[in-house]
Amino acid sequence: MGQIRLEQVTKSFGEVQVIQPLDLTLEDGEFTVFVGPSGCGKSTLLRLIAGLEDVSSGRILIDGKDATALVPAKRGLAMVFQSYALYPHMSVRRNIAFPLRMARMSRAEIDRRVEEAAEVLNLREYLDRRPGQLSGGQRQRVAIGRAIVREPAAFLFDEPLSNLDAALRVGMRMEISELHKKLGTTMIYVTHDQVEAMTMADRIVVLQGGIIEQVGSPLELYQRPCNQFVAGFIGSPRMNLIEGPEAAREGATTLGIRPEHLRLSRSEGPWEGTVGVSEHLGSDTFLHIHGIPGCDPFTVRASGEVDLRHGDAVFLTPDRARLHRFDAEGRRIE
Amino acid sequence: MPRAIRTQRKLLTTALAWFVGLLIFFPILWTFLTSFKTEAEAVANPPLFLNFDWTLENYAVVQERSDYLRFLWNSVFLAGGSTLLGILVGVPAAWSMAFVPSRRTKDILLWMLSTKMLPAVGVLYPIYLIFIRLGLLDTRVGLVVVLMLINLPIIVWMLYTYFREIPGEILEAARMDGANLRSELLYVLTPMALPGIASTVLLNFILAWNEAFWTLNLTAVDAAPLTAFIASYSSPEGLFFAKLSAASTMAIAPILILGWFSQKQLVRGLTFGAVK
Repeated sequence: MGQIRLEQVTKSFGEVQVIQPLDLTLEDGEFTVFVGPSGCGKSTLLRLIAGLEDVSSGRILIDGKDATALVPAKRGLAMVFQSYALYPHMSVRRNIAFPLRMARMSRAEIDRRVEEAAEVLNLREYLDRRPGQLSGGQRQRVAIGRAIVREPAAFLFDEPLSNLDAALRVGMRMEISELHKKLGTTMIYVTHDQVEAMTMADRIVVLQGGIIEQVGSPLELYQRPCNQFVAGFIGSPRMNLIEGPEAAREGATTLGIRPEHLRLSRSEGPWEGTVGVSEHLGSDTFLHIHGIPGCDPFTVRASGEVDLRHGDAVFLTPDRARLHRFDAEGRRIE
Repeated sequence: MPRAIRTQRKLLTTALAWFVGLLIFFPILWTFLTSFKTEAEAVANPPLFLNFDWTLENYAVVQERSDYLRFLWNSVFLAGGSTLLGILVGVPAAWSMAFVPSRRTKDILLWMLSTKMLPAVGVLYPIYLIFIRLGLLDTRVGLVVVLMLINLPIIVWMLYTYFREIPGEILEAARMDGANLRSELLYVLTPMALPGIASTVLLNFILAWNEAFWTLNLTAVDAAPLTAFIASYSSPEGLFFAKLSAASTMAIAPILILGWFSQKQLVRGLTFGAVK
């Protein structure tokens, strides 16, 4: 079991309230991602759940039991840190065994569990090495190993992949998702990378300024962002946000359209502009279009290669069904 | 010719370093040489460098007149005891300052250091009276406590500096892994800070060994360490330079040997974290 419930939780550092009163329930077995720009309070929220910070007010319930006043060790949660936080003076084996030793498990049981974790994470041949002799990806796997041996109620990940290079990051992303499928344990994952959030999460919690902006599945957030902030934050490249008469015509203060929901033409369309920088990814081409009123530059995603050059005139047709309308406060208009 | 200039400069620096090194070492060397001279040779003018009749007589006399081993044991006891006690107090103190600092931590550190700026003689009277009242005069226990207290600021400062180099996340990981405070200090912090703790121990052992003001003023016979042993050969019996030198050599030899063997550790510890 691993249901985690936050009730009216707040956190202040001195005068500054970094987490506004907040209610959130994370269901057992769910993979939840906290995402937001840096300083949004996502890491603080995770540390509150872990017990590494004390809440200023409110309650935290783990499996229905009040854990607000419990020390981290007593909450039955495991955490993977951004810096891996391995014990440099211990071998991989002893690193993974450490939480079990702290729980005073028998030697035989410790050995069994360490072997099992090493098997799952492909760490068998590295068990007698020190963390210093491992690559970044291997270190991260050791950190995960140290977390899984405890069979915790939930795993907490604090930006675990941000120290890895891009290729490794994609690989580890898959591994963590696989692990979640295999173990079925509640996982909470903090990241500032919305691609990680979109690809891994069952549910995403978007935070900004210590406030939850929206909670929902990746596709819900993508298709129906509840406000302008979420609309701009989720999706890559970013959603185009158009202001002025074009938006007013649709009855909104701001009009949003994602780069992939536009048709590109050399001859016809309601919006006309000129091609600026184009980014060629092979599979896609991102074009930055100038001269469209209310939004500059305007980004368009075209499939495959596009034969357009800097300075060429282009016409854009938005997919009307995919337009997002926002009011003056930035809230979504249905 | 840049290469020639570089070689020349290197030679010059090396020569200078040797010169300074020898200059610093010279008094110790002279003491060592004098300890093998007769009293007459010791005060000869012009001074004799190596061309004298080497004799062990001074050592024999010194050993006969005073029980060297008793002083040595007292020195070991005082230096070891005060260092151990200091580490026991200093580790938790430095831990709290490094990992759960308050707004006043910096001030407390500075205040602690400021106690080292006070001339020791300023508190001699009160401490002497306290020692008499408590019956601690000329006891090893009393002196261990005083030596620990005077070196505590340095112990805490050094440990604090080393602990600051240890990422807090590792300690948090230990906490998440179920370690209580004791386990966290014992299994994670201490092993990681071991080079730093080792050099703190070494430096404080040396400082306590060499401490003369308090050991001379608060001891007479029972608790007297090697500093008192040397002092007993200075003024009262006239100027017996050769015997004084022999006593000094015997007093500093143990710590010199310890320092020689641990110099790598000392240098590493003292420059810990300076280069990252």
